[in-house]
Amino acid sequence: MYDYAVAAVEGALAAGATYADARVVIAATESIDVLNKVVESVNRTETAGVGVRALIGSSWGFYATAELTDTDARRAGEMAAEIARASALVPGSPLELADVPVVTDSYVTPHEEDPLEVPLSEKVDLLVGVTGTMLGVEGVALARGNITSWVTDKWFVSSQGHRIHQRLVECGGGYDATALGERETQRRSYPQSFGQFETGGFEVVRKWDFPGNAQRVAEEAVALLGAPELEEGEKQLILEASQLALQIHESVGHAIELDRILGWEAAFAGTSHLELPKLHSHRYGSELMNITADATLSGALGTFAYDDEGTPSQRVDIVKDGTWVGVLSGRDSAAIAGLPPGGMVRADNFNRLPMVRMTNVGLLPGSSSLDEIIAETRDGVYMETNRSWSIDDKRLNFQFGCEVGWEIKDGKRGRMVRNPTYTGITPRFWGTLDMLAGGDEWVHWGTPNCGKGQPMQVAHTGHSAAPARFSTVRVGVKA
Amino acid sequence: MSDRMELAEWVLDAVGDRAEVEVRVTGGNLALTRFANSFIHQNVGEEGDSVTLRVASGGRVASGTTTNTGREALVRFIDDAIERASHQPVDEDWPGLASPSADVALDHYDPATAAASPAERAERVAAFVAAGTGMRAAGYCSTQSTEIAFANSNGVRREGRATEAILDGIHQTDTSAGSGHAASGRLGDIDAGAVGALAAQRAADGADVSDVKPGEYEVVLAPECVASICVFLSYYGFNGKGFNEGQSFVELGAQQFDEQLTLVDDVTDPRAMAIGFDYDGTARGRLDLVAEGVTRAVAHDRRSARKAGAVSTGHALPGSEVYGAFPTTVFMNEGDSSVEELIAGVDRGLYVATFNYCRVLEPKTMAVTGLTRNGTFMIENGRITGAVTGLRFTQSFVAGLGPGRILGIGNDGRWADSEFGAGLMHVPSLRLAGWHFTGGAEG
Repeated sequence: MYDYAVAAVEGALAAGATYADARVVIAATESIDVLNKVVESVNRTETAGVGVRALIGSSWGFYATAELTDTDARRAGEMAAEIARASALVPGSPLELADVPVVTDSYVTPHEEDPLEVPLSEKVDLLVGVTGTMLGVEGVALARGNITSWVTDKWFVSSQGHRIHQRLVECGGGYDATALGERETQRRSYPQSFGQFETGGFEVVRKWDFPGNAQRVAEEAVALLGAPELEEGEKQLILEASQLALQIHESVGHAIELDRILGWEAAFAGTSHLELPKLHSHRYGSELMNITADATLSGALGTFAYDDEGTPSQRVDIVKDGTWVGVLSGRDSAAIAGLPPGGMVRADNFNRLPMVRMTNVGLLPGSSSLDEIIAETRDGVYMETNRSWSIDDKRLNFQFGCEVGWEIKDGKRGRMVRNPTYTGITPRFWGTLDMLAGGDEWVHWGTPNCGKGQPMQVAHTGHSAAPARFSTVRVGVKA
Repeated sequence: MSDRMELAEWVLDAVGDRAEVEVRVTGGNLALTRFANSFIHQNVGEEGDSVTLRVASGGRVASGTTTNTGREALVRFIDDAIERASHQPVDEDWPGLASPSADVALDHYDPATAAASPAERAERVAAFVAAGTGMRAAGYCSTQSTEIAFANSNGVRREGRATEAILDGIHQTDTSAGSGHAASGRLGDIDAGAVGALAAQRAADGADVSDVKPGEYEVVLAPECVASICVFLSYYGFNGKGFNEGQSFVELGAQQFDEQLTLVDDVTDPRAMAIGFDYDGTARGRLDLVAEGVTRAVAHDRRSARKAGAVSTGHALPGSEVYGAFPTTVFMNEGDSSVEELIAGVDRGLYVATFNYCRVLEPKTMAVTGLTRNGTFMIENGRITGAVTGLRFTQSFVAGLGPGRILGIGNDGRWADSEFGAGLMHVPSLRLAGWHFTGGAEG
């Protein structure tokens, strides 16, 4: 497959590109969806093609074709250069690329069971079983389950001499139960909303014990219909780890993307409240807040060996003892900012331009535990599992809804509350982080649906988190 | 017979009598020229065909898509699909394949748009950027063509094609941003200078911003806001599967909206940018969703229609067996008021250019939270008196358009883009009696 990538790069260089790289990608995705014990979909997608990126002046030109022949690949390179050249009608300053080591290497995601080789019948039986368990709980109207597997082979070639093959293996799934009231729906999900996904094989699904949690999830969904609604006010807020993972994703992960900070996403995804001159001085949160972007974490969804520019994966400090110290970057954006390239540029398939994406942006663990946090909380609410998320284009003003909450009074978990929401302003919210769990409660949560870019791209990102407490948060916002 | 239909026929032959089969061969191109900080920074294009296959044998179903259209690879793909289907339990809700019916004659295709060059897109970008002197521009210009051949073992054969062009962008000052948008089936229809001028005007008008207290405000919503509302109503409400499952707000025959409101989904409208059949191969025409405020219909694919005891409305989409079928070519009726006249009727309220990051809190009431972006202005005594910072709202979209809540409908209907990614809606500006803002820029 390297030959097609080489042809694409040669085509771009011959057409005038000052730098070019190309990825041949062959990807297989299998997705199984079951509703109320009925298999709704068993779908397999196979894509193959080459995408080539050509740099001329201030712009990338990119072209992709699904025709894997030497001729088509070479023509794709020529097209990429032609497109880049057209950009000169509206030019900017010439782009430069930060230096990275030129390597020849290969990598395969460590895994035990190739998820595409596990019999379909086993996956279907698992989902039919858990949806059957949930449907057996009186009051559950909808019981859904999904298992999705990805196996992606990428051959990367650059005009500087890179030759990198990677096989990334990812897998996961989840399920949820929905109870219907006259004017509302209540849902509980496991392991988290949209499921839990990691790098690895089918062992990822096995370790999460799908059958062992279905009854509880279903009973909680039904109980929510009769629970009181969370009252509006300011309280101590305890977040379960998967909700905190999404909080990190939205209010930290996107805000630290260097392309956003530089204005490249201004019209769509947005910019950032962060300004580069304040790197190393901006107060992001309390001293308990230590965030890293670590693409080397074993099993996390944003783990790989090289990004789609051929930069090695690495761990980068983002927030240190509450102070903002790092960004997510690629070779072009890092060169502009005068920073080392972070190896965080990825594309979601052969036909998309690589761009700055989160790897595993996580909150390092603390020394407490959820039980200790609850025991030390006087007047608070504990929220589990995301239900809705919304944040502004600078990643400042957010509002999250969770599936379930419990009142915490004088160190004890009290009654269940429904429709729990909380809202805040990013640095103010993180400044109230005052207790943080660790140990076995620190989990590499996976987000398989991070949207960004035009045309839209979907990235797989990881967010390590453990339960945490925030001292003063506005909760219970209502329509 | 087109090359794509020949390929579809070849796939049918390759499956033979081993299974029922439907096949869709999709081709075309997509090109998008993206700009930021007033220059083109990302410029992309792609081409290629894909084959989507669904096989069924005795109610055991499997599906798949491949971009590898070589015959040897397709044989392997077909054999694999048949093998996967054979190991499935019987799908009790499988509706079977579509049967032949009359085609809906339409061709929303512009060869010039399909063949648009990078230079033609860059020219639009240049005109947009030039309209905002001294400002920073960002956005994109895209052209897309889609060509589909569909065939199934029941004898259905359909072909369709469509084109789409979009210019979307903002101009920015140090303290503000303003947006402009245009879309059409023909790139030649897009007046990039006018779109850029609107964005620049909004940015200039918004440069001096002040805070406003959250609360209930009368609003005039620009078409981009209305498009977001319609996308959410469509995806969560007029979704046949969601309706079957009891998760939709829809009550058929009920006066759920203001009597001034009419919504239709209509691929036959000359302004539409769609083809005349869906992913099941069902012909698609006009569907009346809301007539004078009364909810009339939901959209179905064959699967949800069977569950509802109804007939498919031709709205099957990729994955609709899981996520449901919903309207994607929605037209809202226009009124006779200009935007200025809508604003002139407001004593104290807000004008909002776009919504941002809307998310559903409760599908049955369509309670949604989101933010305003790229232009929010105070209206006092019938005129805009200044810009305000972005606001968060938490509002039922159904109640917001409910009986007595629409105070005016603009005569400025056009294709407007929602922020949700489900596509374009043809909608005007609206003046609404109230909108519940629950937070300012500072929380």
